[in-house]
Amino acid sequence: MTLDDKKRVLREMVLHRRFEERCYQAYIERKIGGFLHLYPGQEACCNGVMEAARPGHDYVITGYRDHVHAIKCGTDPKVVMAELYGKETGCSKGRGGSMHVFDVAHRFMGGYALVGGPFPLAAGIAKGIQMKGGDEISICFLGDAANNQGVFHETLNMAKVWNLPVLFVCENNQYGIGTSIQRSTAVLDQYKRACAYNIEAAQCDGQDIDTVYEYAKTAVDYVRSGKGPYFLELMTYRYRGHSMSDSRGYRSREEEEEWKLRDPINILRDKLIAAGALSMDEFTAIEKATDDYIENDVMKFAEESPEPNVADLEKYVLA
Amino acid sequence: MAEMMYWEGLRRAHDEEMTRDPLVICMGEDIGVAGGTYKATKDLYEKFGEKRVMDTPISEGGYTGLGIGASFIGIRPIIEIMSVNFAWLAMDQMFNSAAKVRYMSGGQLTAPCVFRSAGGAAHQLGAQHSARMEKVFMGVAGLRVVTPSNPKQAYGMLKSAVRSDDPVFIYEHELMYNMKGEIPDEEYFHPLEGSEVTRSGADVTLFGYNISVHWCLKAAEILEKQHGISAEVVDLYALAPLDRAGIKKSISKTHRAVIAEEDEAPVGVGSEIIAIINEECFFELDAAPVRVHSALVPQPYNHTLEKAAIPDHQDVVNAVLKMFGKA
Repeated sequence: MTLDDKKRVLREMVLHRRFEERCYQAYIERKIGGFLHLYPGQEACCNGVMEAARPGHDYVITGYRDHVHAIKCGTDPKVVMAELYGKETGCSKGRGGSMHVFDVAHRFMGGYALVGGPFPLAAGIAKGIQMKGGDEISICFLGDAANNQGVFHETLNMAKVWNLPVLFVCENNQYGIGTSIQRSTAVLDQYKRACAYNIEAAQCDGQDIDTVYEYAKTAVDYVRSGKGPYFLELMTYRYRGHSMSDSRGYRSREEEEEWKLRDPINILRDKLIAAGALSMDEFTAIEKATDDYIENDVMKFAEESPEPNVADLEKYVLA
Repeated sequence: MAEMMYWEGLRRAHDEEMTRDPLVICMGEDIGVAGGTYKATKDLYEKFGEKRVMDTPISEGGYTGLGIGASFIGIRPIIEIMSVNFAWLAMDQMFNSAAKVRYMSGGQLTAPCVFRSAGGAAHQLGAQHSARMEKVFMGVAGLRVVTPSNPKQAYGMLKSAVRSDDPVFIYEHELMYNMKGEIPDEEYFHPLEGSEVTRSGADVTLFGYNISVHWCLKAAEILEKQHGISAEVVDLYALAPLDRAGIKKSISKTHRAVIAEEDEAPVGVGSEIIAIINEECFFELDAAPVRVHSALVPQPYNHTLEKAAIPDHQDVVNAVLKMFGKA
């Protein structure tokens, strides 16, 4: 990544962070319903991998913590927010909500609310790519807890047997809902589990985007060149609870503060400042412009968009 | 017209659709090199190769989900689940992914895949290889459920299912794969919705689907010859969506209904049809509708107990006679 690339990614990461924080506020105001799973703290994961891949060209699928992944693939933040508001203008026409953001035009194949569910779907998309002969790859972002589902093992096995172009990205944020990985998982290093299926795998810091990018580049190139599946584990942390109903009583504030010392946005910002490519004033201006955009464009669009028509309740069930 | 077996009809449909469209694939346990447990994919491996005729590991949840994922980007997979008992493992993906994805994406993504599975009690296969469960599938929004009762339907439904943009579950029966019947020489597409009056009658409607259509036909013959009761037989080949209009039409004619199902009764096909009859044409009834169904037991291995657990044509006859006050 050039310095210009990095500045662009910094702006995007600020947008991702502020977007999610604004969701939190809207949820408190009861503008957003249902479950809401936020991404602050993990921004370097999605951004680092997708900078190494081709957003909008490669297929991406993920779990319920899905807003940022969609936006990174090219989905307009306005239609993501409208979806969270349940509006007809939302990317899933208000039928999906926070956990089911979809944007097929940008090859964002959706957020799924069943832990581990996307594993075989990602491998299936890879099978489709393989049959059609394209140069896309299928990228599956899921958390560490998904790896304890049966389909994780079934999918890794099939992905290797059929040499599918699929990249599994494990965003290891150490918690499955409110249960620490230490208490739920026999093998703490998730990348080691991929070895059981003879799949290439690596683990790296998920807070420093340069590191994520470097590892992701290797992984993406490996998969795209037809060598088969790859499993990349990124060590990260989510600042907020699993969802909005989570008061984080299962972990210490000290642990949270320790992780915040390695905030992915601050790390990138400070590197750019050290390189003379950014000033603190410029960064503050980026934050301000982002907030203005979210308030004046994104929130306004979501607020002012129409509700779905009740007469269309059964639309989209069958083709 | 050629006479073919049920499995041959399915095989012909696979072959024709795979020949027509290179994006049609089939996948499942033992369907390739071994030719398929029920032969529905016999010789296709040699013809289309391992990329399109995929022998999967014994991982029903995984490979079903994989087929669904492939269908998201235009592949048309025919996913065979050897026995419907194993479909429990695949239901998470069938229900939570395939059936819901169109709705929860606001119409952006569809899962145009076909699930084929064999159900029913065969010959002493015991509790874990004799399940029916069609009632489970028919209650899922976003999934079509069809169940062929003869070779022509098996052939025509599979072809229609492959071309449908919806996920379609085809419920076959282990005892029917060797059933013979006429299949048109030319290409034939059977509808995935509706029902068929297989035999016309005036006094009572016998509703069946899949194997129970044959009990109904046999029962109708006995009722006519031995008891002077004219029974109409309606083949409900589509269980989801059910043909409400077809059910109503027949009841408006005969005013009586017996529903024959191999599945157990609680929350079953029969319960659903009776509810529809109550909703659509209650005041046209001359008698309370009746269900003929299996006993609510895990299917016994012992042959005598096995037979006692499953209904047959005589149970349908008895139900009708009771309805007419003749038993």
